[in-house]
Amino acid sequence: MTDFTPTEMMTIAAARALTNDDVCFVGIGAPSAACNVARLTHAPDITLIYESGTVGTKPDVLPLSIGDGELCDTALFTVSVPEMFRYWLQGGRITTGFLGGAQIDRFANLNTTVVGPYDHPKVRLPGGGGAPEIASNCGQIFITMALSKRGFIEKLPFITSMGHGEGGNHRERLGMKTKGPTRVITDLCILEPDPVTKELTVVSIHKGVTREQVSENCGWAIKFADEVIETPAPTETELSVLRDINARTKKAHEAA
Amino acid sequence: MAKIVSLSEAVAENVRDGDTVAMEGFTHLIPYAAGHEVIRQGKKDLFLIRMTPDILYDQLIGVGAARGMKFSWGGNPGVGSLHRFRDAVENQWPRPLEIEEHSHAAMANAYEAGAANLPFAMLRGYIGADLPKVNPNIKNVTCPFTGEVLAAVPAIRPDVTIIHALRADRKGNVLLEGIVGVQKEAVLAARRSIITVEEIVEELNPPSPNSVVLPTWAVTSVVLVPGGAFPSYAQGYYARSNAFYIAWDEIARDRGSFQAWIKENVMEARPEDFAKYAKKHAA
Repeated sequence: MTDFTPTEMMTIAAARALTNDDVCFVGIGAPSAACNVARLTHAPDITLIYESGTVGTKPDVLPLSIGDGELCDTALFTVSVPEMFRYWLQGGRITTGFLGGAQIDRFANLNTTVVGPYDHPKVRLPGGGGAPEIASNCGQIFITMALSKRGFIEKLPFITSMGHGEGGNHRERLGMKTKGPTRVITDLCILEPDPVTKELTVVSIHKGVTREQVSENCGWAIKFADEVIETPAPTETELSVLRDINARTKKAHEAA
Repeated sequence: MAKIVSLSEAVAENVRDGDTVAMEGFTHLIPYAAGHEVIRQGKKDLFLIRMTPDILYDQLIGVGAARGMKFSWGGNPGVGSLHRFRDAVENQWPRPLEIEEHSHAAMANAYEAGAANLPFAMLRGYIGADLPKVNPNIKNVTCPFTGEVLAAVPAIRPDVTIIHALRADRKGNVLLEGIVGVQKEAVLAARRSIITVEEIVEELNPPSPNSVVLPTWAVTSVVLVPGGAFPSYAQGYYARSNAFYIAWDEIARDRGSFQAWIKENVMEARPEDFAKYAKKHAA
């Protein structure tokens, strides 16, 4: 068995969650890597959309920014940003949104705005960007974040984008018809919301990782499903596709 | 009719102390050369608007030109934080910065409302999010037909919008293509506009009838500044310098190294210096 890093496992596990029929709103970083690995392995016809306006893009190297020229050059078409958010996202034409964040709580609400009070923040983060509406308008949401006590916390100082709110049927009560976060893929395990309470629950633990490691790296008393499986290790093909695209990307960005 | 003028004339005529200023560009075509001229002319108390304030607004905030900023995502894309923006919000250096924060969807809709001469924009947005609790400019409106409650934000109407585009003709008609962001809406929403371009040609010859063209009568000033979007990029002219965006993280982290960079690359530089980045490879 080939060695792999926790980040590689996270990216590949996220890639596997995508299907050929998905129309996916892609964020920069881990989501972008996962979506393109999916496209280059089991989901060649997946539609990747970046909020800069590129639809059906097939980048050869991963973009550093949300609007790299590579995305436009390889897209089926490119629209203005107002059209992207109005017709395509709000219009309900995107099946899956991919989000990350600085902090997440047990109901998959995300914070990318501030740590500390809003008016006098300890840390000012970049802000929500597209996330508030991605979270409510995409058919479902996948989240990728490394599992850590700093990131997975009991109570968020600020909710940038709503996941399952206070749990239960909170989304329905607010009139939302989309599923919200259906999967959180970390470097140690995969979590899914409990069908009733919507609390994130460990359903799969990556090869070589223990339950103790998962519990120790989460800021709340993390729950495990009745049946927890082992995430299958990356295949040779998955790893080589991911490493090739990362190598091409590194070379391209250093040169530019 | 747009006037074709020098960059210093365009900024002197159109940007006034205290103005609300939008310098748009969604990663592509960011008007760096024009932003640097605003810094060189010492414009003060500007209220900056932009969906994705990145390095250029970090520079304007770091020199103290901004009293406030309306935005939806303030970071160095793919790299991390904007350190001058953070220093202003967290430590009020070099001065406090009033912020009005929205989501991308709200900003895009607000520009469209401005361009359409409407007072506000509505969207199915902000559901379950905390921004409406801290931003009094996010309100609700009820649909008169269905009763659905929607988010409402005021239209964006800048005093002046500044963008960079690909080319113009001698009459001042302007073409931009590729990732066109929110630039068309931002220009049409503004009272005055400055558009810097890579080249000025005899005939514009839009590549298709659907090309994005801003006609001369909808624009105030057009300025020839080859390379004027560097380190962002101009589709068909030159690529984005991802290496510079990565390097900026170090430059901006420290107040001293930031100020040294501004002195050398902005205060002691000229718009013509951008030309060296414009290695044309378009047809």
